[in-house]
Amino acid sequence: MKNFLKRIYLWIDERVKLNDLENFLGKKYVPIHSHSVWYYFGGVSLFLFVIQVITGILLLFYYKASSDLAFESIQYIMSKVEFGWLIRSIHGWAANLFILSVFIHMFSVLFERAYRKPREITWVTGIIMFFMALGFGFSGYLLPWNELAFFATKVGSDIVGAVPLIGEPLKIFMRGGDDVTGATLSRLFGFHVALFPGIFTVLLVIHLLLVQRQGMSEPLELEVEQKTEQKRMPFFPNFMMRDLLLWLIVLNLLAILAVFFPAELGIKADPFASAPAGIKPEWYFLFMFQTLKYFPGHIWFIEGEVLGILLFGVAGILWLLIPFWDVKSSKGKRNRIITYSGIFAVIYIIVLTILGWAS
Amino acid sequence: MNVNHSGGHKRRDFLKYLLSGGLIGFAGIILYPLIEYLKPPKQREVEVSSVLAGKTSDFEKGSGKIIRFGNKPVIVINTKENNFKAFSATCTHLDCTVQFRKDMSLIWCACHNGKYDLNGRNISGPPPKPLEEFRVVIKGEEIYVSKKT
Repeated sequence: MKNFLKRIYLWIDERVKLNDLENFLGKKYVPIHSHSVWYYFGGVSLFLFVIQVITGILLLFYYKASSDLAFESIQYIMSKVEFGWLIRSIHGWAANLFILSVFIHMFSVLFERAYRKPREITWVTGIIMFFMALGFGFSGYLLPWNELAFFATKVGSDIVGAVPLIGEPLKIFMRGGDDVTGATLSRLFGFHVALFPGIFTVLLVIHLLLVQRQGMSEPLELEVEQKTEQKRMPFFPNFMMRDLLLWLIVLNLLAILAVFFPAELGIKADPFASAPAGIKPEWYFLFMFQTLKYFPGHIWFIEGEVLGILLFGVAGILWLLIPFWDVKSSKGKRNRIITYSGIFAVIYIIVLTILGWAS
Repeated sequence: MNVNHSGGHKRRDFLKYLLSGGLIGFAGIILYPLIEYLKPPKQREVEVSSVLAGKTSDFEKGSGKIIRFGNKPVIVINTKENNFKAFSATCTHLDCTVQFRKDMSLIWCACHNGKYDLNGRNISGPPPKPLEEFRVVIKGEEIYVSKKT
């Protein structure tokens, strides 16, 4: 058997020179320092994304994307298909953990200034993927076609409609018409299972290639202090084994969550029923949703909500472009503004999410 | 020689413009149908002038019900004074569907706690505008709801 495997290896090696890849992996090192733990969250996010792709494909075998059949097809998955409840619950939980892991990954990169030159493109692709992760969440939420999702989508797309100039056409584009209907379901389904995964995969490949090409970033302090002897660990197999162990723990956590807190389905959406109390978006939208509530009807000549959306838009663009305006960090100097705004953003998101949750 | 040279340049420039113009045109030809395809076709609103909302006996005093008016929801209310009223049931804030609250005797939107009085006026919460009112006509036992002109 061993001989046979060896022969297969040699056969491939002769044609594609696996040696080069081995050499490359052998030369890849991960720096060891007090902040090394944050390196794992990129890998965890990747693992959860793979889980999403696998469970998503499995759900596609039974899901029917039409307003007449979507709810019933999920009912069927949950009650009739063997382990259907498990696959759907894992898909739901992995989505939440994915976004949480991406949040942690993003903020750790921010605080470590890992976006600084020459890793600007890695940051930009990462942030676009973060926005897309939110898009995945929004588009996937409607697919079960239940009451909560129906009204949450109405509210969410109506907020988009408030954006000056492009808002209204964008809303109609998202909804596939003036109202949230079966056409909206078809569209969001298309985004969720085809358009977004396609774009996301391209960005992910660029992101990962850059990480391989440029290696792991080290925190600014280490560079500033110019430590002569830096500890490091080979990526293969040492760091990879640690990665795999963590992935195994995450998989177990997912299984526990899916078994003890399976995904719910609720009541089928009825466009001619009143909205139920307690309409809330998913937790990762809550801080924005809650913020919009505090804006008064009008501020000067502009509608409060529009101003809120514009502010979030500006914040999002500034966030995306951090490596380009934070020139100080790229020059190896400390930039306290980034630390303070990062801390402010984390506290703001946590507090507003809790307030939104409780209200 | 010189003349020839600049002539060559001109020819090259001409070809460059022709080619880039052609490319832009070509991109337009590809993009235009794509963008048009993505725009949802304008569906003709179901032209409804009047709808039978039910019988007066279906509505006890101080109650409300959502009915279909074409493809829009409309809320029909029978006040405590046995007065029938109808409004668009789409909240003017963010599009949720409102409901009649017997305990508060007003129209309430569950999404963001918006409140309207029984004349459809926005009285509390985030709704920026009143609800559009519909005309209610009672013929014998039957309640007809129609658009106000």
